[in-house]
Formats: sequence, C-alpha cells, structure tokens
Amino acid sequence: MTWPDDLVVEALRAPQTLAGWSNARWSALFRQARAAGLLGRVTRPVEAASPWPNAAQGHVDAARRLGLAQQTEIRRELKFIESALADLHAPIVLLKGAAYVAADLPPAQGRVFSDIDLMVPKAALARSESSLMVAGWMTTHHSAYDQRYYREWMHELPPMQHVQRQTTIDLHHTILPETCRLRPDPRMLFDKAVALPGHPGFHVLCPADMVLHSMTHLFMNDDMSHALRDLSDIDLLLRHFALDAGFWPELTTRARALNLQRPLFYGLHHAAAVLGTPVPSGALAEAERSAPPAPVRPLMNAIWRRALRTPHHDARPPLAGAALFALYLRGHWLRMPPALLARHLTIKALGLHRRAEAPKSPDTPG
Amino acid sequence: MLTLDQLSYDDTRHRLQGRDGLRLRMGPFVAQIRTRLSNVARSVASLYAGYPVVDDDAFVDFQVSVRKPAGLRQWTHPQVTFGFDGQEPFNPLPGDQGFPLLEWGLNWCVYANCHQYLILHAAVLERGGRALILPAPSGSGKSTLCAGLLFAGWRLLSDELALICPDTGRLVPHPRPVSLKNDSIDVIRRFAPQVRFGSRVEETVKGVVAHFAAPPDAILKSNEHAMPAWVVLPKYSAGCPATLQALDKAKGFMQLVQNAFNYEVFGIEGFRLLGSVMDRCACFSFEYSRVPEAVDMFARLADGQAAACGR
Repeated sequence: MTWPDDLVVEALRAPQTLAGWSNARWSALFRQARAAGLLGRVTRPVEAASPWPNAAQGHVDAARRLGLAQQTEIRRELKFIESALADLHAPIVLLKGAAYVAADLPPAQGRVFSDIDLMVPKAALARSESSLMVAGWMTTHHSAYDQRYYREWMHELPPMQHVQRQTTIDLHHTILPETCRLRPDPRMLFDKAVALPGHPGFHVLCPADMVLHSMTHLFMNDDMSHALRDLSDIDLLLRHFALDAGFWPELTTRARALNLQRPLFYGLHHAAAVLGTPVPSGALAEAERSAPPAPVRPLMNAIWRRALRTPHHDARPPLAGAALFALYLRGHWLRMPPALLARHLTIKALGLHRRAEAPKSPDTPG
Repeated sequence: MLTLDQLSYDDTRHRLQGRDGLRLRMGPFVAQIRTRLSNVARSVASLYAGYPVVDDDAFVDFQVSVRKPAGLRQWTHPQVTFGFDGQEPFNPLPGDQGFPLLEWGLNWCVYANCHQYLILHAAVLERGGRALILPAPSGSGKSTLCAGLLFAGWRLLSDELALICPDTGRLVPHPRPVSLKNDSIDVIRRFAPQVRFGSRVEETVKGVVAHFAAPPDAILKSNEHAMPAWVVLPKYSAGCPATLQALDKAKGFMQLVQNAFNYEVFGIEGFRLLGSVMDRCACFSFEYSRVPEAVDMFARLADGQAAACGR
C-alpha cells in the first residue's frame, strides 16, 4: 500500500523543490502545516525567495505575526518570572521553547508555543512554587489524585496558570519522571548548564544536553501530536550546534554519562531518515550500538516511521492508529513500574481521578 | 465568472458531496465546503447563490465540512459537527443546525487564523466610500441595525467581522449571509418585506436564528476596500427614540480593543492601528428602538449632518 505524501516533511527536507508546486498542493501543504504547528516554519523565507502563490501570502503573514507575538509573550513572561524568582538563589534552567527563544536558537523560529518550561533543583522546588503563586500563577489540577500523581511520581508540578494573563508554566525538577526506567541525574544537567547573558539567574542546558533532552522528550513520550514539530526542533538544533567541531563527540559522551543512549539513537536515526539531518557516520555508528535488539528494532522503526509525520488525516499512513496506540502504551510503560502503571490506568479508566477532589478548607461551602 | 446560481441544484449538491467539495470565493478567502446533509446543501445553494465558484486549481484557504458524527447516537439524537483541517473545534449541535454551524465555523476559521488582518467583532457598512464600524457584543441590536441599513442603501462589508488591513488601515469586505435572531427577524421583515430568509432554525443556543443572503452589490464589490469614517456603538433600548451622542475617543478605542479577536497577536502594531482608526473616525454611541428612525439618523450622519443628530 502506498503512503500519502507528507507535504510538511517534503517542505522541511527540500524547501528548494517547492517552487513548481500547484495551488492545490500548496493548499494541502498549508493545511497540513497548520495541523503540525509548523506553518511558520515551512514558510520561512527560503534564500529570500517566496515560492508560495500570491493567494497564500495572507496565511504566511498571519503565521509570521503569530510567531512574533508568541516570542514577545515568552520574553515578557520570562521578565515576570525573573522578578518572581529573584530571591530564589538557585539556578533556573529554561527548557524547550522558552530556552530556544531566550537563547535565540533556530527552533525559536516558525513554531507554535504552548507553555513555558522551567527546571529548578528539587531542593528549591517548594520555594519556587510559592514565589510563583505569590506572583499570580496557580495550580491547575485540583483533584487529590492528580496532585499526588504529579508531586510524587512526575518530574514536574501540575501546570501553573497565571490568573490574569492565562500563561502556563511547567515547573520541573528533572527531565524524566521519578518513576521512569531511565533516570538521568539532574545534578549533572545543572552542573553543565550555561548562564544566559542578560538574564541573571536564568540558564539553558549545554548544547549536548539540550539536544538529548529534546530527544528524550520526544522518544519517551506517549503523546505524538507534536512529534514532527519536535523532530524538526531536533534537526535544527543538530544543524546549528554541529557548527562547533567539538559538539558530536560531546553529544556521545554526555549520552553515556546521562544514560540516554537509546533516545540518542532514535533521535539521530530518525532526524537523518525523515528530515535528512547531516549526522557524521562516526556519531551514528556509536549511537547504533544502543539500538534496540534485532527483533525489536524493525518493529520500533515501523512504529516511529508512522508517528513522525504530520498529524493530519491527509498524511496518515496505513496502521497509523495502531502505531500511535502502541506508543501511547509504551510511553506509559516506560514512565512507571508495572504495578503503579496498572493502578494509574485503572484510576484513569474509571474516572476516579476526577472524583477525589483535593480536601477543601472546612468553611468552604459545597 | 461562474457563480453558484449558474449551477443546477443537483450539480451543487453533487459537488458538496464530492471529495473536492464546493469551492466558493467569499471576499478575500476561498472556502471548500463538503457536506452530505441536504438541509445544509439547500441553504448553501440559496444563501451563496451569487458567489463565485472557483476553479479546481485555486488556492483554498479553508477546507470545512458539516457532517453527522459517527456512532449510534445519530439514530436517536441526530447531531451535526463542523470539521476544519481534520479538527473539530466545536461540540456537535442538534441535527437541524447544520447551516448555522457552518456559518459559525467559517467565522471561526477567519478570526482564529487570519492574523493578516486585525479582526473586530463588528458589523461594517459603507456609503459614499466611507465605512461605518458597529462594534458590539451579541444582544446589542447590532445585527438588526446592520440589516436595516443594508436595506436602506448602505453596502454590506460584513455583519460580524471587521477585517482591518494593517498596511492600509482600510476595511476588507467579507460579505456573507446575514444572521438575525428572535424578534429581529420580524422587525426586519416589517421594515424590508422583500427580505427572503434562506435558512431558519428554532431552538439554537441563541434562540431562533435565520439567515438572509448578502445583497448582490455587496458580493460584486467585495474587492472594494473602504476607509473607516465612523465608529458607532449601537444599543437597542425598548421605547427609546433614536439618539446619537458623541463619544469620547478614548472610550471608543477601548470598545474596539474589547471587541477585537486578535489584538494581542498584533501587540504594539495593533495599538497603533486602532489608534489610527480612531483618529480618522467620528465616534458616537447610539441608542434606538425603531429601525426606520435609526436608518434616517444614519442617512443624515452619512450626509454630513451629524451635528444635527441630537448631540
């Protein structure tokens, strides 16, 4: 069975080939790119040319304006966060989108953002949470079970939303759940973090760690709705950091030190396969040593090939539903030991997590 | 140029059911509509009769559909759902509300995506090359007033969405079927007996909703942008004589901001753009209860007799 064209992948891989496309194909590209959250990225100026039809210019302008607005919003929120956490006296590491924007890295461009991810040492977590609450960010998941789920087992607190501006912060203390099979030591991440000039107190992960986090986030996840966007972020980071000759050996070394060789293998393999990321053969060969064993590897490959595509029904390959469901189960399986996972899925399935409201103060009516 | 009324109803229905849908130009946008529901097809054929049907290789801005959701529920409680780019942004509605759902969905496509324009929740009409902006939340009598004015010689640009071009400051027409609710339907029927409603649905969340087609000249002139000249905040007050009162521009500005869908996307650019709209416009608040009286008042406003309008 042939697979439908994934136009976003084509546009990201070989933007120079877009010039001869028909209007119908452009319409389909814009639809798919919007679904992937990558409309701004596929309409980046390609060598100062703008190959899209005139009729599409409005959408290009709209995507550009929305992208700028989201970057402005992130920069503004970072100022508020900076002043809210001014007295923390602990390193604050920006992760994912916020880091790309603050450090002015290529994935900041043409990408839709949802929330701001911060990481602080676990010892400073409670203080950070209360300082953010004082500044107006409130927890969002109110049931007792959800609170316990995040606070005991996860790598982050329940999302905090600002009461007036509605912006959301995910406050992390490490990059993977506490109950996960892989547990990189967060101290190692903080030790290598790079201070952000112009933002006292703010850091970003060092280049190798930033790439490894991005890969870990994507290839350990259970939700693939942003998979192609995340893979494109990885592609852009790799192309950017590769300009430094010491990057590739450092990436291999850090993956080993943090015990993240498997996500590194998946990341390098699929970035190269899907988006044509140039990966040196030495780095790829080294990562291959952490590939899954023979019977699993082709199966996982078949699954990832179906997930790392535009999430639009026009680009949906055969068996995509089964692949996404398998990754959903796998994401949960990797995240929790079996007994805890069984309990968690039972509670979710029965809706018990919604029933158990967090205890209210005795004088609250109802 | 092929318009929808040149197609037979069977052809229209056939296109709506086909894979490529029916592609209609609506002002600056081309919508590709797909539906198998015959009540929606009938309303589309009647309310979009004058709209250009574009050819197969036109760029399509929005691919939308109205269909029955899957499942057994449709046999006991028929429902309809709106699809855009494979997403379903709204909850399904009861089965007879397909056409209003299509209209609300198309509006959503514009205001949630088209940040090439600063978009206000407002009716826009034009007379003598000058545009009137009626920004207002639902229930203010904006649609009734808009319907009255377009039967009294004003050109309709839109009854819901003011699209402001940030480069020129002009208003971009997006004429679509005009919706009226509840008592307004009979009010307009009395004022303009020639009105033909192409869709009428009882018991929506907004009450009875009926649509009539945009006048032919509104569709023909949908390339003619218009410079804003008046911002008027309408309010229906039972028994009240038509009263036009000058409004402080700062207050008018805040009304535009409050009725904007994407002011935050524009940021400082939006502040300057709405500021330039206010600088150029005369600004009023307007209370009325009777449409003929209201229409007279706006005729005098357009003729430059605003000073005599009970300021």
